[in-house]
Amino acid sequence: MAAIQGGMAEAVEIKDIKTEPPVDAVVNNNANDGSVLSASPGPGGSVGSTKPATGALEEKQTLLAILQFLKKNQLSESVDILRREAGLPQDLFDLKGADASSGSGGTPGTVEGGGLDANSLLSRVTSSSAAQAPVKAPPAEDQPDVSVVLSAYSQQGDPALYEVYYSGLKKFIETVLDCHRAELSQVFYPLFVHMYLELVYNNHENVAKAFFEKFSGDQECYYREDLQVLSGLTKKEHMRGNETLLDFRTSKFVLRISRDSYQLLKRHLQERQNNQIWNIIQEHLYIDIFDGMPRSKSQIDAMSGSLAGEGKREANKAKVYYGLLKEPEIELPLDDEDEEAENEEGKPKKKKPKKDSTGSKSKKQDPNAPSQTRIPLPELKDSDKLDKIMYMKEATKRIRLGRDNLPSICFYSFLNAYQGLTAVDFTDDSSLIAGGFADSSVRVWSVTPKKLRKVKSAADLNLIDKESDDVLERIMDEKTASESKLLYGHSGPVYGISFSPDRNYLLSSSEDGTVRLWSLQTFTCLVGYKGHNYPVWDTQFSPHGYYFVSGGHDRVARLWVTDHHQPLRMFAGHLADITCTRFHPNSNYVATGSSDRTIRLWDVLNGNCVRIFTGHKGPIHALSFSPNGKFLASGATDGRVLLWDIGHGLMIGELKGHTDTIYSLKFSRDGEILASGSMDNTVRLWDAMKAFDDLETDDFTATTGHIHLQDNSQELLLGCYTTKSSPVLHLHFTRRNLLLAAGGYNP
Amino acid sequence: MAEERRQKQCSVVLPTESMKAMAESVGVGQLQEDSCTALSEEVSYRIKEITQDALKFMHHGKRRKLTTSDIDNALKLKNVEPLYGFQSQEFIPFRFASGGGRELHFYEEKEVDLSDIINTPLPRVPLDVSLKAHWLSIEGIQPSIPENPPPAPKEQQKAESTEPLKVVKPGQEEDGTIQGKGKEKGPIRLKPRSTHELSVEQQLYYKEITEACVGSCEAKRAEALQSIATDPGLYQMLPRFSTFISEGVRVNVVQNNLALLIYLMRMVKALMDNPTLYLEKYLHELIPAVVTCIVSKQLCLRPDVDNHWALRDFAARLMAQSCKTFSTTTNNIQSRITKTFTKSWLDDKTQWTTRYGCIAGLAELGPDVIKTLILPRLAVEGARIKAVMEGPVISNIDKIGADHVQSLLLKHCASVIAKIRPPPDNVEQYRIDYGYLAPMLCSHVMKARTQAAMQAQQVNRTTLTITQPRPTLSVSQSGLSASTGPRTPSIIKVPSSLTLMSPRPGTPSQPSPPATKYIVMGTSAGSASTQQQVITINSSQSASTVTSTVPSATSTLQPLVKVEPGSGPTLPGSRPMQKYIVVSLPSSNSSMENKGSVIPTPISTTLEPTGKTDRSESPGASTQSPH
Repeated sequence: MAAIQGGMAEAVEIKDIKTEPPVDAVVNNNANDGSVLSASPGPGGSVGSTKPATGALEEKQTLLAILQFLKKNQLSESVDILRREAGLPQDLFDLKGADASSGSGGTPGTVEGGGLDANSLLSRVTSSSAAQAPVKAPPAEDQPDVSVVLSAYSQQGDPALYEVYYSGLKKFIETVLDCHRAELSQVFYPLFVHMYLELVYNNHENVAKAFFEKFSGDQECYYREDLQVLSGLTKKEHMRGNETLLDFRTSKFVLRISRDSYQLLKRHLQERQNNQIWNIIQEHLYIDIFDGMPRSKSQIDAMSGSLAGEGKREANKAKVYYGLLKEPEIELPLDDEDEEAENEEGKPKKKKPKKDSTGSKSKKQDPNAPSQTRIPLPELKDSDKLDKIMYMKEATKRIRLGRDNLPSICFYSFLNAYQGLTAVDFTDDSSLIAGGFADSSVRVWSVTPKKLRKVKSAADLNLIDKESDDVLERIMDEKTASESKLLYGHSGPVYGISFSPDRNYLLSSSEDGTVRLWSLQTFTCLVGYKGHNYPVWDTQFSPHGYYFVSGGHDRVARLWVTDHHQPLRMFAGHLADITCTRFHPNSNYVATGSSDRTIRLWDVLNGNCVRIFTGHKGPIHALSFSPNGKFLASGATDGRVLLWDIGHGLMIGELKGHTDTIYSLKFSRDGEILASGSMDNTVRLWDAMKAFDDLETDDFTATTGHIHLQDNSQELLLGCYTTKSSPVLHLHFTRRNLLLAAGGYNP
Repeated sequence: MAEERRQKQCSVVLPTESMKAMAESVGVGQLQEDSCTALSEEVSYRIKEITQDALKFMHHGKRRKLTTSDIDNALKLKNVEPLYGFQSQEFIPFRFASGGGRELHFYEEKEVDLSDIINTPLPRVPLDVSLKAHWLSIEGIQPSIPENPPPAPKEQQKAESTEPLKVVKPGQEEDGTIQGKGKEKGPIRLKPRSTHELSVEQQLYYKEITEACVGSCEAKRAEALQSIATDPGLYQMLPRFSTFISEGVRVNVVQNNLALLIYLMRMVKALMDNPTLYLEKYLHELIPAVVTCIVSKQLCLRPDVDNHWALRDFAARLMAQSCKTFSTTTNNIQSRITKTFTKSWLDDKTQWTTRYGCIAGLAELGPDVIKTLILPRLAVEGARIKAVMEGPVISNIDKIGADHVQSLLLKHCASVIAKIRPPPDNVEQYRIDYGYLAPMLCSHVMKARTQAAMQAQQVNRTTLTITQPRPTLSVSQSGLSASTGPRTPSIIKVPSSLTLMSPRPGTPSQPSPPATKYIVMGTSAGSASTQQQVITINSSQSASTVTSTVPSATSTLQPLVKVEPGSGPTLPGSRPMQKYIVVSLPSSNSSMENKGSVIPTPISTTLEPTGKTDRSESPGASTQSPH
């Protein structure tokens, strides 16, 4: 840290001086001695040397750095010679050396053992100095770690050799046995990107361009978007503040390779003395080695595609309590009421024993369920219990869906939505619809004959007889009854919207960086939760109410409770925007989908990331948990739906068919059918039962985690219904399993 | 190929000239080449970066189109102040100009006269967002209601008729492949069985429609025909309709029931107008019916009184239309039809009625057919007509027939002759070429020539005005209807009880009627002064009419109406579309003639949703004459 305090002058000098010819000579000599591949004649060479006054100081700093390097390598003779020649006093050197080493301790480069010590050390020296380089640049406070991150690139070989290295490796991989080729090919993309960035960082613009043009065509097609970003980046200055680049640098690219393949690669690189590539592999890649059969091309393709490679295996090892919470027992008086209601409807007491059986079933504790008190949940209010009873009554009338019994779909079109419909939500009992619009407004509709009414004003409320039986009815202001209500408050497009389970509140998240809580009693805004400084793409209430989660452009998902203005948890780890957020049915977990093409599952209790799912090839825009909590479905811009087993942390299915972004996914109430709605104006129904059943008969290869997916999308597709130029933005199964869909009519 | 594309991506940078142009626009005169290069690279990179961010907003806005607001939001992300004033509903508001070998896209900033804005009646408030529910699927089957897309899109119907083996129907797709898979490995495409049952509702509909079409109530018939022409769900009933028409014609020709034949032909027309239907498969029934109505010897009970000629004309037009739409190299409809007509026309024994039909049928096929088949026979036909007209013993019917044939020939041939013959119209010369009809033909040709000359002049003028770099072509957008032409603008509001586009009944939404703008532009021959008027036709109910005229230019103005459609097909429920109509004020003479005619009618006809873009005649605009 002392070195950093040493100030900007120092930093500038050390970095720039590398280009000075005499110093180069020294370094090259040393390089020969210590078999270090580095520091060839400087790039561009245009920086530093303009000011002679600072030149001397710079030189001195460099000499110090070199001395330190020599000392570390126990080249005491060289140290002595150099010191004598440069005329540096012993103590100054020691002091500075200490500074530098403590500084280097703070840098990210880690020493990888063995013969690479020298290399990484040199990189440390340079990186510790370059770490402060950007200070000279106009204030870069927004991304303080950029410079540290980029500095690792300052080590360099001969730019002309990059192509040779890369094509050498390519040739090697093309000649290895088939079974290893697919695995080793995974190395190409991260290597390509890092080599390209190194070239750019070191100002070899033309070499970099040539390199890109030569090899970008070889990369897998699902990296196309990232390559587009990369292709625009041709100057060192561009790298500063570029998020994609940062993502690539801050996180190690994770590859899964079998031990055999890895050994092959390692041997090859060591034989060839191909240190450039080896360095990149050591420093920027994380290779997850497993024992066993190498994976096939299709297996690899299924899992890759995310910004930072696959999820590490151990990342998905944590235990997840995916079972459902026990349903609270509902007290007797209410039950009687329920029965009375049933009797009124002319149905005898047949239901009674049945209800008991379901009750006893729910009393059994699911071994996979979290304990009831793992996270504190709000107490049930009387109204909640009433609602639960309604739910159970409706559930008995639920239609059993299946392959031969497809649900009816009712489509709600938003007409004249020139303001651009951006988000839709239904209440669980399907009585209300809310729409978020690009003009910052939120609208709520009642789809039942019951109109929306506000509560009377405080003065009027005082006049009400609070003892009367129908006090809840009396507090409502009849004059305000209307079919829809308009809520104004946001100052940017509304991207996420969610009803609370008790239908008293509505959440909306917007481009303006806030999440707002609206009361559906007074139709006013109650709270604006400020925390995200950038657009908030999605928000959702927990199925038990009280908690909610939001995620946005700042890559952090936040867990809030309605009565605190600050978040309880921050879930950080995604490498790009969080595009959608969903609560697990037991409220103990939160799933987030991101533009980095991964899905993460977070534990609400401790904020840990317990699952990382990779395999999508585009930003994820839809997530849905199966009602039993075991499975997760996700949809992305690539038009594919992927199915995940949460307990085992595995991909278990792929549903292909949509031709555009999937914006909504929903399981039917019993989980037999999965409905997906997309920008391509279709609603598709999939046989979820079959997808999961096929799997359970299969022997779970949980040990390796390598699943072989069958291509059975066509068999699983039960129906495809095209709307009339209305993208399907939201899907919802009513309690009786009628499917509701919603979207704006965009002729 | 992918590689090529990527190479392009890698190297696309703004040209340095752009940098220079932009520098000039902010007052930096001399920008060095190096700076330009550096700037252009930097700017290109930043633009790409911002566009990538803007895409995020597009995705979250659930749109396919990137809008200016997305760019604004992306700029906000970077803490850059967004660009103001680029909001635009429909398209990017840049204009293109070229000249002197340079091409330029510029943003048109018009000076707006505030008083005009104040005087303009407020545009109609757009309709509020509303929610409408319909059944997308009932227990797995999609009902064919207007809210759902047609069960078989036109492209599919077309594919079905042209490549019958490749077709897979939407509902049966899975069945076919799955069955194939079950029996053998690999999917086998089975020819789908098509169901021919109509639901009870469809049967009722069919009954109602057919009864209305041939019934006595004209209002009902209009409604029924409208339904046939627009309803998207008729695909399954098409075979029934086709049979109904063909049988109907067969029976009614025998009974000489002219009225019914007309009704049936109107049904054919309605079917052809329906944008969701592809009739190819049913032509074998429809064409004989139509041809019957063209060439049948007798179509009515009293051939001397009833106007069966109109039916023949109408049917001939239908025939020509179906030839245009459906004729391919495989079915050769057009050549077969032509052969049929020619053969019976050449026959000496053919009656005048049939003769008329044949000629009408041929003539409708276009000028080429007229040129090659009709013109060479004009002399022969003339002689025949002469024999009837001047000969001694003839029935009245023959005389009427010959008379009709003559006017038909004159009507169609004149314009064609006008095109193929060099100007000096000499009656004697004509007599050598065309025989008996020559004198009349000659006068018709001369009339056609003057007309054509006028039109040609207008066309020239149009292109001239557009290419001229003056700011007269103020094509304005934005629903505010506040923009006007730059010079001496005035706004003429026409109270509109007229419907500019009739929205399809029964479709999910009623579109807010589009604000249509007419820009009336006078061009004096000397191009000394340019007058402009903007006529705004709003469909609002406001009754006030603001009319202001502009002092007259010189008297050599020519009428010219140009209709440009808004973007894309006019679907119901679409955003208010805009039409730009550039109207040159008519010359004083023509305006004198047309004074008193009402503006809405002719213009609204040019605005039929299917209307082709450029129409160069419409005298109606002359109400706004400068006097």
